[in-house]
Amino acid sequence: MSENQNIPAIDMRGVSVGAMRDASFTVVEDVSWSVAAGEFWVIAGQEHSGKSDLLMLAAGLMSPVAGSYKLFGKDTINFGEAELAERLRVGFVFQGGQLFNQLTIAENVALPLQYGQNLSPDAAALEVRALLELMELAPLADVTPSNIAANWRQRAALARALILKPEVLLLDNPLSGLGARHLQWWLRFLDQLSRGHEQFGGGPMTMVATADDLRPWQNARRKFALLRDKKFTLLGSWSQMETANDPVVKELLAVQVETTI
Amino acid sequence: MRGNLAKAFELTNTQVFRRAALPKTYTDLLGRKLFLFLLTVQGLGAFALITLGVILRKSGVAKNVIRPRIRQEIARAGVALLPMFLFVALALGFLVVGQTVSALAKVGAINYLGSTMVIVVVRELGPLLAAMLVLARVGAANVIELGTARAMGEVEALEALGIDPVHYLIVPRVIGMALGIFSLTVYLIIVALGSGYLFAFLQDVPLTPGDYFKQLVESLGWLDFALLALKTIAFGFFIAIVTCYHGLAQPLHLEEVSRVAVRAVTQGVIVCVLIDALFIVLYLLT
Repeated sequence: MSENQNIPAIDMRGVSVGAMRDASFTVVEDVSWSVAAGEFWVIAGQEHSGKSDLLMLAAGLMSPVAGSYKLFGKDTINFGEAELAERLRVGFVFQGGQLFNQLTIAENVALPLQYGQNLSPDAAALEVRALLELMELAPLADVTPSNIAANWRQRAALARALILKPEVLLLDNPLSGLGARHLQWWLRFLDQLSRGHEQFGGGPMTMVATADDLRPWQNARRKFALLRDKKFTLLGSWSQMETANDPVVKELLAVQVETTI
Repeated sequence: MRGNLAKAFELTNTQVFRRAALPKTYTDLLGRKLFLFLLTVQGLGAFALITLGVILRKSGVAKNVIRPRIRQEIARAGVALLPMFLFVALALGFLVVGQTVSALAKVGAINYLGSTMVIVVVRELGPLLAAMLVLARVGAANVIELGTARAMGEVEALEALGIDPVHYLIVPRVIGMALGIFSLTVYLIIVALGSGYLFAFLQDVPLTPGDYFKQLVESLGWLDFALLALKTIAFGFFIAIVTCYHGLAQPLHLEEVSRVAVRAVTQGVIVCVLIDALFIVLYLLT
């Protein structure tokens, strides 16, 4: 294993997270958390517990209010344009997709590739088409986001994040509001990415997802953490989490169901 | 990149003042209004400088994405408005220029026609009217589009994808509006002067087209062309800055968008009048 592979992708020490919309308001305090390459973390928490803000900080889109956060070993306090290449090693899927409504699905997916590599639409088309086909989005390529169902918008947001082939994928409550068929597709696809997908370099992709419902995430390989009352608690594996006598965890696991993955 | 928008918006956190309790005295009210005004000026100034910096620094970045967007904005703030401007220019010619021509003829001051037309139409009415029409038609749309995009989290999405929101959203609008207002003003002036003469001609004003054209040419100096270009580009630049700033800075919630659009258009009108006043001083000095 090379030296770079030993550096954690995400390394937070005593980090306090400010709200995205008002940085003076601290939503999470004293986070000490490390994510090694290839790991799959699920951060659980109820609504407005600061999951999205923590994920935004992890993506390098915000600076910590206190503490130190290193992304691929680089301090993010002064993360600017010079560190853009490091930041683009992280893909981000927003809750609800947050696609650009003026653009079609294909244009949404192509935009980061075109902008980052100064490609014309034709030059990016081949790669975009292949990704859309992989994700069963090809029939919706020329439709604008407001004309498709939320399930497909969420999937298009995943495609947009994956077009730059990130090493780390951050997903903000990706399974929220999905229908059963889409839920299964997502769990299967994320599992493939986590194990390594040939279309994205073949290596295991590091992943962090947030969730307000833990039931679909049951998997022995995943690690879990909990956000509650501004505190970040590491829970460990699924079995460790199940045995934890925490009322919020019990609430998030309300009904135990079998998942396909 | 992350800092570009944040820098301008942090400089003018007007929400703090808007949320404060109502003032007890008029002095408090006046002081607060003045403070808000200064904060807005500071925020707009910072935003304008940041945008200028991005235009200069990133002129070669992502050309395949930005240039089509600039063309799109030129079409939106220029070509698409041509039919409306043609109608307004014809009306302006018939209503204002035509009547001025016939009035000057009646008092025997037809020799002053050229200089009157240059002052009224070329220097003042043409550019200001063009700016106001573009502000109403495209500026208001800018605030609504950007305000909605901001409220829907599209700006954060751009940053997450490594796309500078100022470069992608603001620069094309600024360039498109500056070039759009400049071109539309030229069309407006030419059509208004032409239709104005047509109206006067129908009223049997004793002035041949050749004499009318000669008078206009003699009254126009190189400075008129230079200042007309500068003024219209300044109108376009600042209208785009004011509307984009308000669209991106304030509406964090969808319900705020309409209120902010009204404020942005009002401030746009004030900025245009101030720029116009500045150019009047420049004309008087030269």
